[in-house]
Amino acid sequence: MEKRATFAMGWLGMAFILPQILLVFIFFYWPTGAAMFWAFTLERPWGGGNEWVGFDNFRQVFADRAYWGSIIRSLMFAASTATLSMAFGLLLAVACDRGLKGYQAFRTVFVWPYAVVAPAAALAFRFIFAPEAGIFSALVKQNPEFWNPAQNGYHAMTMIIICYSWKYAAYCFIFFLAALQAIPRSVIEASALDGASVLRRVFDIQLPLITPTFFFMLVISITDSFQDSFGIVDVMTDGGPGKATELLVYKIYFDGFRGLDYSGAAAQSIVLMLIMMVLTFFQFRYIERRVHYS
Amino acid sequence: MAAVTLKRVKKNYGTTTVVHGVDLEIKAGEFVVILGPSGCGKSTLLRMIAGLEAITEGEISIGSKIVNTLEPRERGCAMVFQNYALYPHMTVAENIGYALKVAGLGKAERMARINAVAEILGLEEFLDRKPIQLSGGQRQRVAMGRAMIREPDVFLYDEPLSNLDARLRVAMRAEIRKLHQRLGTTSLFVTHDQIEAMTLADRIVVMNKGVIEQVGTPDEVYHRPASTYVASFVGSPGLNLLHVMVDRSASCIRFKDGQTLPFEHGQAVLVPDGPAIFGFRAEQAQLSEQIGLTLTPGFQEALGSTRLLHGTVANEEAVIAIPGNGPLDATTSMSVTIPASAMHFFDSTTGRRLG
Repeated sequence: MEKRATFAMGWLGMAFILPQILLVFIFFYWPTGAAMFWAFTLERPWGGGNEWVGFDNFRQVFADRAYWGSIIRSLMFAASTATLSMAFGLLLAVACDRGLKGYQAFRTVFVWPYAVVAPAAALAFRFIFAPEAGIFSALVKQNPEFWNPAQNGYHAMTMIIICYSWKYAAYCFIFFLAALQAIPRSVIEASALDGASVLRRVFDIQLPLITPTFFFMLVISITDSFQDSFGIVDVMTDGGPGKATELLVYKIYFDGFRGLDYSGAAAQSIVLMLIMMVLTFFQFRYIERRVHYS
Repeated sequence: MAAVTLKRVKKNYGTTTVVHGVDLEIKAGEFVVILGPSGCGKSTLLRMIAGLEAITEGEISIGSKIVNTLEPRERGCAMVFQNYALYPHMTVAENIGYALKVAGLGKAERMARINAVAEILGLEEFLDRKPIQLSGGQRQRVAMGRAMIREPDVFLYDEPLSNLDARLRVAMRAEIRKLHQRLGTTSLFVTHDQIEAMTLADRIVVMNKGVIEQVGTPDEVYHRPASTYVASFVGSPGLNLLHVMVDRSASCIRFKDGQTLPFEHGQAVLVPDGPAIFGFRAEQAQLSEQIGLTLTPGFQEALGSTRLLHGTVANEEAVIAIPGNGPLDATTSMSVTIPASAMHFFDSTTGRRLG
């Protein structure tokens, strides 16, 4: 039986999907097309259109040591933020799922950080981590070297990782809580009767049963960290000190709109897109499959 | 094996009281079935004994220990859940042996006990499967194995058969009974199915709206129901209940339409004058040539060995059971006699048994 609603007039159906198609086209396919165009061409020095250069732009990008540095930094950023945000999100979700005292209030509060836009969060964390006035100010007075993100690249990196994880933990929290609450209550009760303590239940029953969500979150948080880091890096460190916090997406912006190397930036963004496609494909294809129980 | 004692046990959810001060004593080794419709508080009662729900008021003890504040795992109860509640990521063997693993037993001893339990339940060949690969009846057995392996003091069953199809339910019922004979563990079984209750129980506890209506052996509950509620809930069909006036001076009961039925002996002698509810079992009433109650027939239900004849007596609905074959002209009024020993009387306002 045909369950979908169908329209007798073809044009009416088209009219309904047109806004969506337009949005996808304007904000996705058009920019992608433009990036493709720029990635394979080079603007003539004195104007007068673009010249086809084949893979030259890509060769240049891959020959650049700075580019490889930014890839490594992005991977480190992805690994640390995924670990931190998933660990905290999971911890809070397990606590909320337990129905500890006042959990309804916490459940709402824990979601808020995700609603804060990245630059606003970054601004707040800039104040929190300011060496002269932030949480470390007392220690910085004793030893100026203790915390100085403006000059120490490791400190700067730590700062953006914490800021991003704080925000992203909220997102993980939502998914983990939903997954935990989808586990039948009676399974948890059965394990309680079987003698398992709260912690034991978490490790023996709850975590294994939410592994599908766990791997889903891993994919999403790694790919998101490649794109969503821009706002935080831009507000907190501008990619500095030196290039210590220049992540892939920030480098694309910087090379393109500050360095005005549109073609190089376009080639980098095509590479980033490919990396994300491969990652997503690989993880969904090989990891997702292994963790379903039903 | 341990006795379970409940003293004035109450349960409130906010301002709603779901269990109103229940007193109950279950002897060690006894098989007790709690019977009642959904929402009568029977599962809540069971979960309070297991420690899955807090007790609002009163006291529960298992053996000689008061368990009110003990964690579920410290109470020595094992429970079989309605939806089996198997661990979906573990094999059958791991499911059954989980309690032993938590208790820190070695692998060899665990396997020996898992195999012993699997043998009793006929699960040997399924030990390596995941629950998803099992049929409903097999899952049910795994759930029982998981409860058995702990050698608990008390077995708690929360409507364990209601997800099975009719044939399997009958088979599992027999297995549960056999298992109880073999292990002799104190068992509490919650169900809304009166046939399950009758066949399994040493004693039945009939609950309604958070109150115990009657506690008794299946025979007592069936033959001497303590209230109109028990009478109509137990038996298939339930007891026929008719509004009557008792007239002791004339030694008869008077129906609403003026019919009378004499009584001279039996329980009826203890019934006071005035309005009452008169009850009789469908299968104890007989069609008769003699003058008895006049039944206006309605429709019939054929059940094979018997037929149920639905009709009205004094404009109130009544059912009688008649032999399954033979001619029956079910168009005209007929006369029905009821032996005095099969007459039941209940108070017309409280519904409690009289006499």
